[in-house]
Amino acid sequence: MYRALVGIGMLCGLLIVFVFAGTRPVIEANRAAALERAVFAVLPEATARLTFALTPAGGFAPAADAAGERIHAGFDQAGSLVGVAIEARGMGYADTISLLYGYAPERDAIVGMQVLTSKETPGLGNKIETDPGFLANFDALDVRLDDSGTSLLNPIETVKKGKKTEPWQIDGITGATVSSKAIGNILAASSSRWVPLITQRRADLDAGDIDEGS
Amino acid sequence: MKDLDTTPPTPTDEFIKGLWRENPVFVQVLGMCPVLAVTNSAVNAVAMGLATTFVMLMSNIFVSSLRHFIPKQVRIATYILIIATFVTIVDYAIEAISLDLHKALGAFISLIVVNCLILGRAEAFASKHGVGYAALDGLGMGVGFTLALLCLGGVREILGNGSLFGVALFPAGFEPWVVMILPGGGFFTLAAWLLLINHLKRRRESAAAGMQEALR
Repeated sequence: MYRALVGIGMLCGLLIVFVFAGTRPVIEANRAAALERAVFAVLPEATARLTFALTPAGGFAPAADAAGERIHAGFDQAGSLVGVAIEARGMGYADTISLLYGYAPERDAIVGMQVLTSKETPGLGNKIETDPGFLANFDALDVRLDDSGTSLLNPIETVKKGKKTEPWQIDGITGATVSSKAIGNILAASSSRWVPLITQRRADLDAGDIDEGS
Repeated sequence: MKDLDTTPPTPTDEFIKGLWRENPVFVQVLGMCPVLAVTNSAVNAVAMGLATTFVMLMSNIFVSSLRHFIPKQVRIATYILIIATFVTIVDYAIEAISLDLHKALGAFISLIVVNCLILGRAEAFASKHGVGYAALDGLGMGVGFTLALLCLGGVREILGNGSLFGVALFPAGFEPWVVMILPGGGFFTLAAWLLLINHLKRRRESAAAGMQEALR
């Protein structure tokens, strides 16, 4: 009895290992391609990207040289920085939502947002990925810094659908209140941390591009 | 009628029975978890059906070919092990084929493991029949399951989202019945289909009875 069980177990294990090894490169490539597409989707003006890691000293170094949290800088054809794509995650209505958003330092605004993974209710909560009216919020969402340069002048907030009056507000979705608020909260938390950092160390990102170009 | 029943089923019968006479969803009412959960769109329904078909086909073949080696006392555990192996394979395969599809099916791919339909076919059929018949049975049941899922997914997507396979069917003024793509809609649609199928079956039976009456 044990021999049969162990034998079948090993056979099954072997099968899984083979399939895992066979599909891993394809899955990795799919993920990388999806991230690549997402970066250019949230930074519409970018034509090239470079990944940077946050160093312990609080600066940015090209990701190949350093470990740490990563951001993706997008550059236009002339080689100047048009924006930074940042990954963020937080609790949604069902499970964690992870998303990528594009921040354009020149415009002091978020210029694009794409949900990477979510398990929100089909037909209701998952409108955060498809509703055109909701996604239009992220074409120009104000994330201006205050005078001290360490925090946002107006934190991002989510309001009821149709009640948006200020550029830092997000028009929510009727029937997806929790999910659309979750997006607002994730963006608010992430932007209040990253925007001051990027503004202070902007030179690192520009310099990184020159290194790459030479 | 009697001598028809005693003839051994032909390979075609083993395949066909899953489609209609013993349809896993509409007649056996097995595997309701994915039936209700992932049929909110036609694409999800078909993908789920194909994944289940593959798992059922492979596990039936495996169980049938190993049926003389599997000790009776631990057969259920062994079946689950075999089924789980193929579910894991399908999970990786779908992720490699399309990340979007993998995202849409979510946790339900892993849940194929506990689909009672697959375990039911392994225990009730594959463990007692040869590899060829077991494969046909798995394939037939799988296709029947896929068709049933498509029946539900199609109706729910048309009513709940105004589209079929992602193609919009109605003009912009159509107000979708959101409830149809929520869990409740699954129950409504399944109930409607079961009503229809049972009605058809009963009508056919009474027609057959009437025919015999007339022949006497």
